[in-house]
Amino acid sequence: MNGFVENLPLLSVVTFTPLLGVLLLLTIRADDPEIVARNSRWVALWVTLGTFLASLLLWTNFDSGTADFQFVEQAAWFPTFGISYHMGVDGISMLFVILSTFLMPICVLASWDAIKTRVREYMISFLILETMMIGMFCALDMVLFYVFFEGVLIPMFLIIGIWGGARRVYAAFKFFLYTLMGSVLLLVAILAMYFTAGTTDIPTLMTTSFPFQMQFWLWLGLFASFAVKVPMWPVHTWLPDAHVQAPTAGSVILAGVLLKMGAYGFLRFSMPMLPLASEYFTPLVYGLSIIAVIYTSLVALAQEDMKKLIAYSSVAHMGFVTVGIFAATQQAVQGAIYQMLSHGVVSGALFLCVGVVYDRLHTREISRYGGLVNNMPKYACVFMLMMMASVGLPGTAGFVGEFLILTGVFQVNTWVALFTATGVILGATYMLYLYRRVIYGELTKEDLKGMLDLSRREIVIFAPLCIVVMWMGVYPMSFLSVMDVSVAKLVADYHNAIDAQAAATGLVDGVRLALGR
Amino acid sequence: MTALPNLTPAYAEIFLAIAGMALLMLGVFRKKDPVRGVTLLAVVAFAVAAVLALATNTSADGFSTVTFNGLFVVNAFTGFSKLLVLLGAGLAMMLALPWARNEGIARYELPVIMLFSVLGMMMMVSANNLMSLYVGLELQSLALYVLAASNRGNLKATEAGVKYFVLGALASGLLLYGSSLIYGFAGTTSFAGLADALTGAQNNVGVIVGVVFVICGFAFKVSAVPFHMWTPDVYEGAPTPVTAFFSVAPKIAALCLFLRVLVGPFEDLMIQWRQVLTVICVASMLWGAVAAIAQNNIKRMMAYSSIGHVGYALIGLIAGTQDGARGMLYYMLIYLFMNVGTFAVILSMRIKGRYVESIDDLSGISKTNPAIALALTVLMFSMAGIPPLAGFFGKYFVFAAAVNAGLIPLAVIGVLSSVIGAYYYLRLIKIMYFDESAESFDRPDASTGVVMGVCALAVVVFVLLPEPLLAGADAAAAALFQG
Repeated sequence: MNGFVENLPLLSVVTFTPLLGVLLLLTIRADDPEIVARNSRWVALWVTLGTFLASLLLWTNFDSGTADFQFVEQAAWFPTFGISYHMGVDGISMLFVILSTFLMPICVLASWDAIKTRVREYMISFLILETMMIGMFCALDMVLFYVFFEGVLIPMFLIIGIWGGARRVYAAFKFFLYTLMGSVLLLVAILAMYFTAGTTDIPTLMTTSFPFQMQFWLWLGLFASFAVKVPMWPVHTWLPDAHVQAPTAGSVILAGVLLKMGAYGFLRFSMPMLPLASEYFTPLVYGLSIIAVIYTSLVALAQEDMKKLIAYSSVAHMGFVTVGIFAATQQAVQGAIYQMLSHGVVSGALFLCVGVVYDRLHTREISRYGGLVNNMPKYACVFMLMMMASVGLPGTAGFVGEFLILTGVFQVNTWVALFTATGVILGATYMLYLYRRVIYGELTKEDLKGMLDLSRREIVIFAPLCIVVMWMGVYPMSFLSVMDVSVAKLVADYHNAIDAQAAATGLVDGVRLALGR
Repeated sequence: MTALPNLTPAYAEIFLAIAGMALLMLGVFRKKDPVRGVTLLAVVAFAVAAVLALATNTSADGFSTVTFNGLFVVNAFTGFSKLLVLLGAGLAMMLALPWARNEGIARYELPVIMLFSVLGMMMMVSANNLMSLYVGLELQSLALYVLAASNRGNLKATEAGVKYFVLGALASGLLLYGSSLIYGFAGTTSFAGLADALTGAQNNVGVIVGVVFVICGFAFKVSAVPFHMWTPDVYEGAPTPVTAFFSVAPKIAALCLFLRVLVGPFEDLMIQWRQVLTVICVASMLWGAVAAIAQNNIKRMMAYSSIGHVGYALIGLIAGTQDGARGMLYYMLIYLFMNVGTFAVILSMRIKGRYVESIDDLSGISKTNPAIALALTVLMFSMAGIPPLAGFFGKYFVFAAAVNAGLIPLAVIGVLSSVIGAYYYLRLIKIMYFDESAESFDRPDASTGVVMGVCALAVVVFVLLPEPLLAGADAAAAALFQG
């Protein structure tokens, strides 16, 4: 078994299995659209489950004692330009692959009854999306990364636009053009790096040192792209629209995985390749993140639409992540990654919670609900767990990440830690307020009385999410140990680069002093 | 008596000329339905010419072969350019056949004239002297004027023909005037002679003025802003298969020639022509992207789209390096498939036997004609330059060349205008997938469907096997720069 696994190009298998599923879906032939729909659902479910199981092999075979890239594959692609098909994962990216494959079967299940039209096309879009997401986290070549990074836009645009809500066209265009606008500047930065370093190979670029003047512009190019994806204030406005209009499963993937792509970009590119500029721009990131945390939390408080509220809470939570990344201490960075993973699960689950009641009443307006605890106790229970995890209650996934980030940031900058910490309080405010309005109170509204509690399918969806949320809260070591070494290397390299530069500048200053200038 | 010049390099052109005349005879003397036979034979002639062009383009030492007293040159670059031109023309011809039958305008002259214009394009691609350049250019232009007006019962088509003719004649005049200035100040019209005469002559004002005029003439032929005015009208007025032909073959030929002329004889004036071209290129990209947004006729939209694409291709030319030339050739190869595929879709837009051209006619065809919708979606995402489709790689390589040549602002403007351009490509997808369905289209004709499928598939699978496809372009670019 082990020999077999070692010889298998595991990353390619995990990445492209969903594409095989697409081919399989295309072969479904039946005159009755109902049969096509049913077969498509089952095929998609089995393919995503298979992909998830294959990705678990990554985890079981992962060596967490090294910071090197593992499961590396390399093949010529554009040899003339030094672009290769280079895949590999390290402690930072491996868990994101698992996160993507984990959420995917859940998304398929969540769309089981909610999507009634063009089911096959819907499943095809999701499977293509899965390939793009996994490939993006595995890519070790910048052009390959960019191909996956941008390729995500195509299926997501269609998912929002075809199966979305009333204003889906507006939301789909806004999502697409906003992110494209950022991404193309990333492309120019990639090209500039290519011609300086002579390669687009990520491990090589990580050891290349660019002059500060160049880092400055490159960093801004990357920032334009990643900040939109994260999204950071003030370029976050596409997110609430996209979330509100997307179908439930689309929101889950959007919040669960796509938002992580920006922060992952910071970790994979900005920090290791452009350490000097990263340090230079850290105050900017702090500032924008703090605004994001406080401002979007307040905005969330004022929302009348459940999905919009959770969308704004995502912006706030991602603010924590960016602060953590740029604090650049072991705890902060680990916390940031942990926060991303937990947010992926928790916010995904929260969107699913919204989806549950939306499927029944077809509205997301908070004021239309109230007193659901009376007739939907199981639902209230799940919702509470996820709400608490989002707030960061100890014992849930959200706590570990926030706590590590705040500890790490506190060592670097007390004020930033202080302002960021207010986000925890505000987070509790808007989430508890939401929960109170939807779940508690008297069950007075007529149309709510007929609503049924979670169905068996919904229990199957939420059970793994609940388990993971508690597991991540109670025993974080199983996740932290995976990333320990990789993060340590990232942080050490980052500080070494800055110290080396400081020493060089110091030397110059010393010489200037000695010469009396 | 002087010896006969070496005819070997020109076999493809000679063959095509004879084939054209033979087909004309065939059309005249064959009583029963000559169109189908002539068209198919013309496609065969293109294929044979392509084989000949590829077989005769290399000399023993791998350098260029010159013949006809230095008027005519062949090398890997001209071979590749001719291949692109012939490919585009052949695919367009495949589209023309069912169209002519459906419209009941079955004229055998159409394929014959197309064939002669292709001959002109091949001549100009191989031109090695401003004189032979002009002769080739005029041969193709005159044929194109006729083609534009070929649906002569239609008011729009005749208008297109006249407009194209008047403006085209003006552009030819500019080109000729520029050539005469260059001849006056440099003393020669041969490319090799010019390259020698202009070495170190960056400030020869007369030649510079001449080159600017030549650039204007070319810019008209490739429909770059501000010489693009004819494009939307001609694209709209000309019969759709002719528009498909217009959008690829002459454009590719003119761009290849543009590249050869500027980095060949006028290489030493790069500082001068780069400024002019940068303005043209930026204006084309931006105006192509912005003006397309407002269009409701899909052929007009494609006209602006092609203006934008010419802008991107010109980036490679402005870079003026081997990378740039290669990027531009890649771009044109990919553009050819995207464009022909899109026109195949346009030719499938037929409701109850009547061709329609409005973008709104595409409403909801994802439900009624899923295959067409899928093909057009792939092509549109590719045109917008979204990976992993081929269009992205086309853009990638020209932008890469620009960045490598230090033209980062140009690359930034390029990528930003591609974002603006993405809007109207997405709009088509939106109309097909997000809107409610209107009337469904008739089943596309077999050859149209095949062309559409092949082009869409090429755009998708390009990402898997790029290297063999691009090897030809690599050799072509190398040949261009080894002199």
